[in-house]
Amino acid sequence: MGTLVEPFSSWFARQGWTPRAHQLDVLAAAQAGDSVLLIAPTGGGKTLAGFLPSLVDLAARPRPGLHTLYVSPLKALAADIARNLARPVADMALDITIATRSGDTKADERRRQREQPPNFLLTTPESLALLISLPEAAAMFATLSAVVIDEVHALAGTKRGDQLALCLARLGTLAPAARRIGLSATVAHRAPLEAYVSPRGVPGAVRLIEVTGGAPPHIDMILPQGRLPWSGHMGLSAAPEILARIRAAGMTIVFVNTRAQAELLFQELWKRNDETLPIAIHHGSLELDQRKRVETAMAEGRLRGVIATSSLDLGIDWGGVDQVLQVGAPKGVSRLLQRVGRSNHRMDEPSRAILVPANRFEVLECEAAILGVAARELDGDPPRPGGLDVLAQHILGVACAGPFLPDDLFAEVRRAAPYAELSRRDFDDALGFVEDGGYALSAYERYRKLFRDSEGRVHVRSERIARQHRMNIGTIVEEPLLKVRLAGRGGGVLGEVEEYFANMLSPGDTFMFAGRLLRFLRIRETTVEAMEGGDGDPAVPAYAGGRMPMTTNLADRVRAMIQDASTWSAFPEPVREWLGLQRKVSRLPGRDDLLVETFPRGDRFFLVAYCFEGRNAHQTLGLLLTRRMQRFGMQPLGFVATDYVLATWSAREPTDVARLFDQDMLGDDLEAWMAESSVLRRTFRNVAVIAGLIERHHPGEKKTRRQVTVNSDLIYDVLRRHQPDHLLLRATRADAAGGLTDVGRIAGMLERIRGRIRHMVLSRVSPLAVPVLLEVGRESVRNQSGDDLLLEEAELVAEAMGEAEPPPFRARVEAPRPRRRSLAPPGQGRLFG
Amino acid sequence: MTPAPVHLAGERLMLDPDGALFWPAQRTLVVADLHFEKGSAAAVQGSLLPPWDTRATLDRLAALLRRWRPETVVALGDSFHDSRASARLHPQDAERLHRMAAGQNFVWVLGNHDPAPPEGLPGSAVAEWRVEKLCFVHQSRPGPALGEISGHFHPKSLVRTPAAAVSRPCFVFDSRRLMLPAMGAYTGGLDVRDPAIAALFPRGGRVFLLGKDRLFSFPYAPSRARAITAA
Repeated sequence: MGTLVEPFSSWFARQGWTPRAHQLDVLAAAQAGDSVLLIAPTGGGKTLAGFLPSLVDLAARPRPGLHTLYVSPLKALAADIARNLARPVADMALDITIATRSGDTKADERRRQREQPPNFLLTTPESLALLISLPEAAAMFATLSAVVIDEVHALAGTKRGDQLALCLARLGTLAPAARRIGLSATVAHRAPLEAYVSPRGVPGAVRLIEVTGGAPPHIDMILPQGRLPWSGHMGLSAAPEILARIRAAGMTIVFVNTRAQAELLFQELWKRNDETLPIAIHHGSLELDQRKRVETAMAEGRLRGVIATSSLDLGIDWGGVDQVLQVGAPKGVSRLLQRVGRSNHRMDEPSRAILVPANRFEVLECEAAILGVAARELDGDPPRPGGLDVLAQHILGVACAGPFLPDDLFAEVRRAAPYAELSRRDFDDALGFVEDGGYALSAYERYRKLFRDSEGRVHVRSERIARQHRMNIGTIVEEPLLKVRLAGRGGGVLGEVEEYFANMLSPGDTFMFAGRLLRFLRIRETTVEAMEGGDGDPAVPAYAGGRMPMTTNLADRVRAMIQDASTWSAFPEPVREWLGLQRKVSRLPGRDDLLVETFPRGDRFFLVAYCFEGRNAHQTLGLLLTRRMQRFGMQPLGFVATDYVLATWSAREPTDVARLFDQDMLGDDLEAWMAESSVLRRTFRNVAVIAGLIERHHPGEKKTRRQVTVNSDLIYDVLRRHQPDHLLLRATRADAAGGLTDVGRIAGMLERIRGRIRHMVLSRVSPLAVPVLLEVGRESVRNQSGDDLLLEEAELVAEAMGEAEPPPFRARVEAPRPRRRSLAPPGQGRLFG
Repeated sequence: MTPAPVHLAGERLMLDPDGALFWPAQRTLVVADLHFEKGSAAAVQGSLLPPWDTRATLDRLAALLRRWRPETVVALGDSFHDSRASARLHPQDAERLHRMAAGQNFVWVLGNHDPAPPEGLPGSAVAEWRVEKLCFVHQSRPGPALGEISGHFHPKSLVRTPAAAVSRPCFVFDSRRLMLPAMGAYTGGLDVRDPAIAALFPRGGRVFLLGKDRLFSFPYAPSRARAITAA
């Protein structure tokens, strides 16, 4: 272990601090020129550990030029850390310049940073990618000594993480001597993170410094008074208990799973908040100003409670948070730990958290999560290969900075861990895509974006292409969003909703947003205008991908607990009774088998499969399964998926269940599904945007852009027909393995359960099947194409208006109001077409 | 495949679910806004879209020709995405288009994207085309226009159903005029609630949304959409 030199030791002493062991370890490693992965829980002084070696180095040898680059997933975090660093630098009168760089940085400040780079530059993956694409990049980064990557665990394995890894590999070429420090929360698998931080893209090449210990968190569970709900995910019936807990503590963060749940719970709490405790709402769709106001009020201790989504998962240490409540399923052990860690940011005292399950299955999940936390059994997905769409964007960025040899760039890219296994074919295809689209029909020779000189070096064709690229950097693709504005003079912007949701509203409809009850007036260009108040049953905006599925690890624990009756003593009485009854009338789902129940109900037959693979995988499985049922003549009518089970219903009784769940489901059925799935169309759109086929921003005239913008669905159809193995379709398929379609989990399950399907033919619904059947009316996902939906609607309208179909023309008929409104975003409510 | 019949200025017309109009009495097929080479137009601007859009549009057109066997084909303008589009045609596509245009009377109504007649293609180029009481133009003109058939706006319509909102290209029709959806593979759409379209149908009408094998008809009452304002 090293020791601190002056003036640092005195400065630490003046703060009343002793340097922590890991801070000194990191310092020693850095001084030996080693890269480090520092794993420590929140509140461990991680950020200071990351910067200490750079501070010490520059204090001893002040010099101009960029010394340390800090990259964080959050813009706000970079700004906050810049402020925190300014203090020791000022206290010790160090000659160190610090600047932040993000999309918000003004043009003259950006120019200054290029001409005279600060010693410490704090930025985001997107802004780094932009810097990398500038011709000045080589000069700017030549002096670089260190890179600090914050929240590595949140970046690795995502597309933003892929982009950052590629940029780091580029920095490895521009500044080969620069060491890296990765800062991470505790994770299940360290090797992939080591590889991610390592300059060579392999595990073992970095010094791993891990801070263990800290007091284990206290996690309890509370149940709503009275009846334990059978279904539902909102947890609103526990509002009185939640309010009591807020009242009893100083400051509480109430974490929920979706923005819709946040809005609903917020309303429910305020209905009962007779003492007007200051309780606020915080989620990612609210206007930035509004979120900032809430954060400031929190920091100043003016709030007693905040209802929050993952918008408060990461980031700044709030301090002063006394307890954390998780309402609804925890979904995963790592996620729960992250949230629990938001309370009590002092390492030596335990964090406190209370879980509030919304239904019976969630009671099981909460109990499993508590055991998982105690066992420190974290979730971890195996590392997935980096996206080819991100690679394409990066290749163009590198070309924008200066010419390169493909062989060199290929070698460089493979030093980024997510691309360590990249094949030459994939690299060449990505390069070919950037050059001329990579189409089998060579039509675009004249419009190439890249050209090669006589030495084989690749150049960008024009400055215009470089400018265009720089305007479109980034891997976060948002759904089309509309701002929500209060009508009238001085009406402020409240936040954003998806265009899809806005389209489902009729004038006069009410909806909940930003903690208010609003009445929809109209859509004006890209703004939804609304006014306060209104009556009727309010709609709540849902957002695509808003729901996380339960992790494999947690699902496994739940299965194990159900199977093993000796663990049931941990459950409340109604849950024990429920499981016991299930054992009597059917059987319990096992750990390695698949329980499938079939039973008649009303005039239809139900099939309930206890897969425990998470909602996204079940959605996809439901689509594939009903396709097969159709083929086998079972006349499927619909299905509904929860995190735990999948239920289908059909006109004919499903038999030969083993054949239904055969692995060949992932052959033709999957291909057919790919052609129609709206979820996959959205995946394609994201891929096309990231790869640069579809621009988000275009330099110059708006009109030109509108004339050349083409809907990604139309492109998808044409490309699928004419070049099904095109790079972008390969990237789309790769993405389908995870995320909203989660095909990878289905494949794993079909493999695991082969020959182990336990089919119970029942005469009526089993206790365990009740929750999913209750979901049927609530969020029925119908096995229908757009055509079927239109037909049903058209027939209903015709019937209501007393018309035949096709109806004779009438001059003036009013459109009737839609009967019922589905709030699911595309892909969740809508299946085919 | 089930076409829907409508009556306009005393003529019986068939709306094809693939977005075309057939006039049996005159054996005339009408299509709108083919936008050939929209893909390569984007490429000129720096977006290298898949280059098969012209081919895909020609496939659609070929299927319609086989289905209806018309004597006359009227293309309602914006057949080419821009004035240099015909020069960018892939030789194979150019030849196929040439053969199609030579196979029957071909009338190229000129549009704002293609104000000049297409070079080297058979057929006649006109600003508008009148037969009997019907008038075929690119862009619909405000005012009473009995028997007008137009394109230009790429109308599409959104229908909310309990499970999802479905948006499709559509025909817009009242007793005076008929507006066709765009046929080009890369053509997007303008919602029929947009004032530009609504102003042409002040008394409402019907929309016919394109389906796989049939059309879906709904009342069209744009005045309702506009009357929403501050209640």
